Formats: sequence, C-alpha cells, structure tokens
Amino acid sequence: MEKSQKSHGGARAGAGRKPKFGERTALMRVPESAQPVVVDFLNELAQKRQVEPKWPSHLTPVKLAENPPVFKVPLFNHTIQAGFPSPADDYVAESLDLNEHLMPRKEATYLLTVSGDSMIGVGIHDGDILVVDRSLTPVNGKVVIAILDGQFTVKTLEKKRGKIRLLPANPDFEPIELKDEQELQIWGVVTKVIHSL
Amino acid sequence: MTAIALIDGNNFYVSCERVFQPELEGKPVVVLSNNDGCVVARSAEVKALGVPMGIPWFKLKDLAKQHGIIAKSSNYTLYGDMSQRMHSVIAQFSPEQEIYSIDETFLDLTGFNLDLVAYGQEIRQRVRQWTGIPVCVGIGSSKTLAKLANHCAKKSHVPSMADGVTDLNQLSGSGLRELFSRIEVGEVWGVGRKIQERLVGIGIETVQQLKDSSLSRIKKEFNVVLARTVAELNGESCLAMEEVAQPKQQIMSSRSFGQPVFLLEDLNEAVVSYSSRAAEKLRHQNHVAGAIQVFVQTNPFKPKEPQYNKGVTVKLLHPTNNTFQLAEAALYGLKRIYKLGYAYKKAGIMLTDLCPTDQVPIDLFSGFDEPETARAKNLMSTLDEINAKMGRGTVRSAGEGIQKAWAMRSSNKSNAFTTDWEQLATAI
Repeated sequence: MEKSQKSHGGARAGAGRKPKFGERTALMRVPESAQPVVVDFLNELAQKRQVEPKWPSHLTPVKLAENPPVFKVPLFNHTIQAGFPSPADDYVAESLDLNEHLMPRKEATYLLTVSGDSMIGVGIHDGDILVVDRSLTPVNGKVVIAILDGQFTVKTLEKKRGKIRLLPANPDFEPIELKDEQELQIWGVVTKVIHSL
Repeated sequence: MTAIALIDGNNFYVSCERVFQPELEGKPVVVLSNNDGCVVARSAEVKALGVPMGIPWFKLKDLAKQHGIIAKSSNYTLYGDMSQRMHSVIAQFSPEQEIYSIDETFLDLTGFNLDLVAYGQEIRQRVRQWTGIPVCVGIGSSKTLAKLANHCAKKSHVPSMADGVTDLNQLSGSGLRELFSRIEVGEVWGVGRKIQERLVGIGIETVQQLKDSSLSRIKKEFNVVLARTVAELNGESCLAMEEVAQPKQQIMSSRSFGQPVFLLEDLNEAVVSYSSRAAEKLRHQNHVAGAIQVFVQTNPFKPKEPQYNKGVTVKLLHPTNNTFQLAEAALYGLKRIYKLGYAYKKAGIMLTDLCPTDQVPIDLFSGFDEPETARAKNLMSTLDEINAKMGRGTVRSAGEGIQKAWAMRSSNKSNAFTTDWEQLATAI
C-alpha cells in the first residue's frame, strides 16, 4: 500500500507516551496479589535502566526452563486501543520447561546412568541417562529398574499368567526368569531416555 | 479433637544410603560423622548388636569385623536432597506442615474426617514408594503426644500398634494409662538424660507419673518448659517448636510467611535471620556445622498458583559456627535455587553435619563473630562455591593441611546420587 502524502492527520512527532524502558514493551497478565510487587519491581527497573541499560539475564523473555510463568512472549504484535484489552492478548505462547516435561513429579523422579547394551532394541544405549519415576505402578510391558542380587538392572517387565520375567531388548541377552521363592523388587518405572547424539 | 501427626524417617541416613545401594539392604550399616569420627546413624541390625549412638568408630572396629558392619562416611548432599523429597511428599497430605528437622515433620490432621490410622498408612506407603525412605507416623492431640505416639509406632509396647502408625487419640483413658505406665519418662520429647535423672530422683519414672505430676511443682523444681510438657501430655497443645531442644544431629530454623513473598532480597533477609538464629543455637551447644541446607516453598494449597519447592545443601569448606560464614553459605544456596515469579510461602535453613567444636582444628577464618575483612569474605564465598561445585575439601585452608591428623576423612563416602551428573547410580 502506498503512503498518502497528507499534510494533516496521522502521527504527531513527540506525541504519545514516552518509553519508560528504552525499548518495546509487552502486555502481560500477572496474578492480582503479585501486582504491587511487579509494579514496584518495574519502577525500580526503569530507574536502574537510566543508569545501566541492560536487561537482567533472569528476565530474558524467552529462556528455557528458567522462565517463570508470568513472563509470556507475545506471538504477534498488535496495536493497543486505550481502554480496551486486545483479544489477541490471550494468544500468548507458554515458555517451555524441560523439567516439567521430563519430570512432572520431581519428588519421585531420579536419574540413573545406563551401563551396557542389554536394552539397545528399545533405544537405550550404553551411557544414556534414564529418567525414573517411582510414583508409577510397574505394569506389564513397562521398562523398569529392578533390583537383582543387590544391583540395579534395566529391563522390560513381563507379567503373564502370574509369571514374572524381565526381558532384555537384545538377542545376546537371556530373559531373566524369577524362581518361585525369589521376590522381585521393582525400584522404579523408566519414563524417558536422555540420549546424546 | 486436635490431631497432630509426627512423621519421621527410620534410621534416616542409613535409609538414604540404601535407596541407591540396594546391596546394603539387610546388612548392618552405620553412618559416621564428618571426619569418620562417631556413629551418627545405625541400621536396625546394628542397633540389635547393642551399638550405642555416638560411639567413636575406632572403638567399634573389632565388633565391625566380627559382624561385617559396613561404615559409610556421611553424605549430607544426598541426605539433604532426600530430606527435601520426603518433606514435599508428606506436604501433600495436609495444608499445615511444620518441618522440624532433616527427617521429622509435624502435620496438622485436625478435623480430617477420616480413619487416621489408614491415612497414616497411606502416608507411609507413598513416602516409601516415591522416595524409598521407610517412615513411621505417630498421632496425638499435642506435639509431645505425637512424638510419643511415633515412638510407640516403632517399638512394640503394644504389639497391635507397632506396624508403623499409632494414633493415641483412639485409645481409651485406661488404655492410655496402661501404655504410659510402661514407657520410661526419658522417652518424652524434651526430657534429656539430666532431667530424667532428676525426675527419677523425685520418684517420677514413667510417662504416666510425669503426666500426673503437679504443674506448679514441676514449674518450681524444674522450669516452665517442662511444665508445658506436662500440660502437653495431658492433651493441651502449648509448645512452640523452638522451645523444645532440637535433636543434636541438626539445627533447623524456618517459618511460614504471613504474606506471600516474591523477591529475592526479602528471602535473603529471612534466610540471614534464620541462619544467625541457628548459629546462636549451634554455639550454645558447642558444635560446628559442616553443611547448611536452604529451602524455599510455595503454598501447595493454592493449586491455581504456580508451584515451586526447592532446596539445596551447601557444604562448607570447613565446619564453623560463625554466623557470618553460615549466612553467607545460605545466601549462596538461596541464590542458586531462587526463581522469580513465584509466591513463596515458606523458607528455612537447616544446619547439618554437626560435630563438637573441640573436634575441629583451629581455622584461619573462624573469628568468633568478629566482623570479617572484605577479602576474607570474598575468599570464603569463593571457596564455598568451589567446594560446593567440586566437592568438599577441593580447596582448603592451609591450617588444615599442616597437621595431617586433622585432615578431613571421608574414606567411604557414597556418591551424590541425586545432585551430581557425574555421580548417578548405574543400571545394567
């Protein structure tokens, strides 16, 4: 669209709000109880900015896993009509928190290192890190950490017709049958594998 | 009726070791204080051999050989993390939680319209499953009674009550009387050996006799705290945590905030004041601490608000009871765990890895509460930082190395299984 050459109307130089922070600002929603704190914080920030125009590192709006939920990144720019909240404000992207994704119940989550190739067939390699959630119930077909002879072992749990077996995922290894008097201790259920490429 | 539960981990340090070293299951295990000096935790098998708490390890060597006792050096990084997990699982069971020590938590269950014994078993089951730590639950109408109930849950004074949960509120008056007549007065919370001897001297030998004694007499001959204990035994809740001697193994200082706290500087203030309170207590009992745990929690009973609970244990370069050094370490830990954007409900610190002052060497920096020079300050926090990252003793004051006898021994320390990428447990 071509710009029309009108001599009046349009923006007046020097009109409107002065930027407080020396950069673009974004709208965000904050919990009501936190409002005074956030306002104080921003005022302080604005004052600091006069001296030191650097955005503190912990406030970078897009940052993996460090991002508190009150900071949101707008998906697109939009103009703001004074007094009317823009409906577009509701369309903001959440930041991604890898901790949340890998361990929704962190109290019950532990990390273990894999040694050996007995589970290579299900994508568990030597040296990988396993995410183990102890709050889950070990059911047939789950990959579990079991205790055998005082050692941690990672295998697929098979519960069939009252018989329990621990299955490797590698033809070079034998399934582990439980003898009748042997009690199997399951330490936790493996939920994720962290594998470096 | 008021219902307060005390939940604690059984042989907590040993249990933490066993979670990641299943080969220790069923074997006699002790955990030694820093420097591998004294026994600070015993597995059930070791208790059965009659090994007392606090005994120096060298005196145990023969017995250890004979029975295959396994000694682990203390690993407070691991215990601190497991403690954190245990306390947050327990917090799921009541909006009112008071963490009392590294392995003990009070929960208020008043008004819960439930079978509390079954509820207690549920708590035990969940903590066991999520963390691997076995716990016992004692319930009573005051903290002192909850403590006593917890003792009953472990010991079979009443065989039917010894399966890990005891609710004294469910006993009849005569049942309670009968039970308390069989428990020594020394088992009461806050009745130490000295007070026990004096009580026995005036004919008070059992819990029941203390419960029946006259308040005014106890106040006159002992002190107001013991008088309150008597009131508590009679079901009147009147003791604040602070007023009862902490267990010797750690010192805890924490509080819930009246209003949600958001900013690091406010938390800093709180943490510094907790540290100095705890350091005072530490000096009072002539101990030094080798590690300090700091933790923050949001309010789990406002599920709509974002939740964040985290704790970290900072190992000190050198055991100290210097307020300044402890506060510094706590602040360093807080900086590492603090996240902006949460409404914090509670913060606290816990001093762990305690040992008597006379068992540590003179330290270059341990000015007793004297203001430190700025350089020593910086040096101190840098050293802490290095040692927290690289493991205790990575950098030490020369004063430690001159006399080799003082060198920190932790010859049989397990891995930091939950806090260090390089030290995770291995599965084959």
